[in-house]
Amino acid sequence: MQRPATTPLSDTAQATGITVTNLTKTFNTDSGLVTAVDNVSLHVPEGSFFTIVGPSGCGKTTILRMLAGLETPTSGTINVSTGSDKPVTNSMVFQGDSLFPWMNVWDNAAYGLKMRNAAKATIREQVGHYLNKTGLTKFAKAYPHQLSGGMRQRVSIARAFANDPDVFYMDEPFSALDEQNKTILQEELLRTWEESRKTVVFITHSVDEAVILGDEVMIMTARPGRVKKVIEVPFERPRSVLELRRQPEYGEIVYDIWASLKDEVVGAAL
Amino acid sequence: MSLKTPLADAARSAAAKTTPAPPPQPVRRSLVKRIGAERFAAVLAPLGLLVLWEIATKAGLLNVQFFPAPTTIAKEFARLIGSGQLLDTTMVSMGRLSIGFIIGAVPAVIVGIIMGLSRWVRTIAEPLIAATYPIPKTAIFPLLLIIFGLGESSKVAVVAIGVFFPVVVNTAAGVMGINQIHHDVGKNFKASRLQVFRTIAVPAATPLIIAGMKLGVGMALMLIVVAEMLGGTSGLGFMIWNSWSTFRVETMYVALILISVLGVAMTLLLTEVERLLTPWNRKNS
Repeated sequence: MQRPATTPLSDTAQATGITVTNLTKTFNTDSGLVTAVDNVSLHVPEGSFFTIVGPSGCGKTTILRMLAGLETPTSGTINVSTGSDKPVTNSMVFQGDSLFPWMNVWDNAAYGLKMRNAAKATIREQVGHYLNKTGLTKFAKAYPHQLSGGMRQRVSIARAFANDPDVFYMDEPFSALDEQNKTILQEELLRTWEESRKTVVFITHSVDEAVILGDEVMIMTARPGRVKKVIEVPFERPRSVLELRRQPEYGEIVYDIWASLKDEVVGAAL
Repeated sequence: MSLKTPLADAARSAAAKTTPAPPPQPVRRSLVKRIGAERFAAVLAPLGLLVLWEIATKAGLLNVQFFPAPTTIAKEFARLIGSGQLLDTTMVSMGRLSIGFIIGAVPAVIVGIIMGLSRWVRTIAEPLIAATYPIPKTAIFPLLLIIFGLGESSKVAVVAIGVFFPVVVNTAAGVMGINQIHHDVGKNFKASRLQVFRTIAVPAATPLIIAGMKLGVGMALMLIVVAEMLGGTSGLGFMIWNSWSTFRVETMYVALILISVLGVAMTLLLTEVERLLTPWNRKNS
């Protein structure tokens, strides 16, 4: 792995946040080498909400998995720095059902803390806080199969936040939800995130979602995944999902991104 | 008065729970017709068979040397229970079976989980298991007799070996069937190997581990009977063998019935254990 565990303190040129340089990932498949991610460079300033949109199969999930350390890059470097010399921690919110069916809601949400052998009082406080924040306190003893899809995704968000990491990686966490639930959970995510303002990299195929949540939106090309454009989203925080959608500027940004994505989506569909 | 009413209510509802009030006549008839008929048939069929059996023996249609009347078997059953012989014999067999089961199942679960988690261990262990699994365990009993002698250990050993295989194969399959996303979660939250074992592999594989144990119990029962026939002076297998040599067919039937009851009881016990261990399993709730 090319990823340094910590940033050398002497390296003053290194900004805090996530710096990715010339990241490439190729997979060996039956039909030969496939380049999923091609020479991607990006910078996510610490404390910002960074969203990535792109057509399906553009390698955005692969980028996130490399950032989270679940895949090793073929080449390129990833540097995550918080300015302190402690190792940087991250929590991922996965696409799809990632809860352990054999643990109840409380134990699922406490998983990260338990794996770190956190103090009992810390676990009680952190998990209690985020279950409350996500409206799950009443369901602490329920098992995942007793919950709706929206509630299960709330648990996995609570699990990531309760772990109190330096960085969050979110892989289309709301893609399986219906429109109403999605809006509610986006709103909740914004409220929860605004408390701590930790760095977030959030992947989505929804332009709307990318703009609502992000400080910056990175648009990717169809396979092989490259950076097409990074657009700044100037709306102030705290944001309200509904109010945001009313603003004329919002429509313009969404339009811009769509215009830029259109060729890619059409290209990918052919 | 204020105390009396809720108490009476509670008593009434408790009574209602244990003995539901008989439904009105028309409903009852349709119940018997629809669901009850099947239940009646399920209970009546074997009872009817027993009655037929009894009549056939009394009428001289069945040779009582091979098929003693059910009442004769029942009398023998009562006699053996009264003398305490049946309980002793059952305890001897169950003792061997339990020890063999534990000696076989515990390492099987550990090896199975490690196989499921580690590709390397799997590569080494899989061909070994594939090569030894098909050998009938009864075929190696003479070898076990040479190694362990005629005493308890050879019987315990054959049960342990018989239990090991279905449990190890099912456990490994259970662990290998774990959704990749759950491994990713473990990795993302920096779970150590031991933590992955404890929090992911064991609970995820529990339903299949228990399925393997149920198969193992059937295997164990068969092997303990054979082992006691071939190299025993006690236990249910010996009881069957001994009643053959003394031509006490009704005793043989008593042992057969008891073995069947034990098999069913152990399977039910494991089902109950599964229900307690996996409250999260959809089919248990």
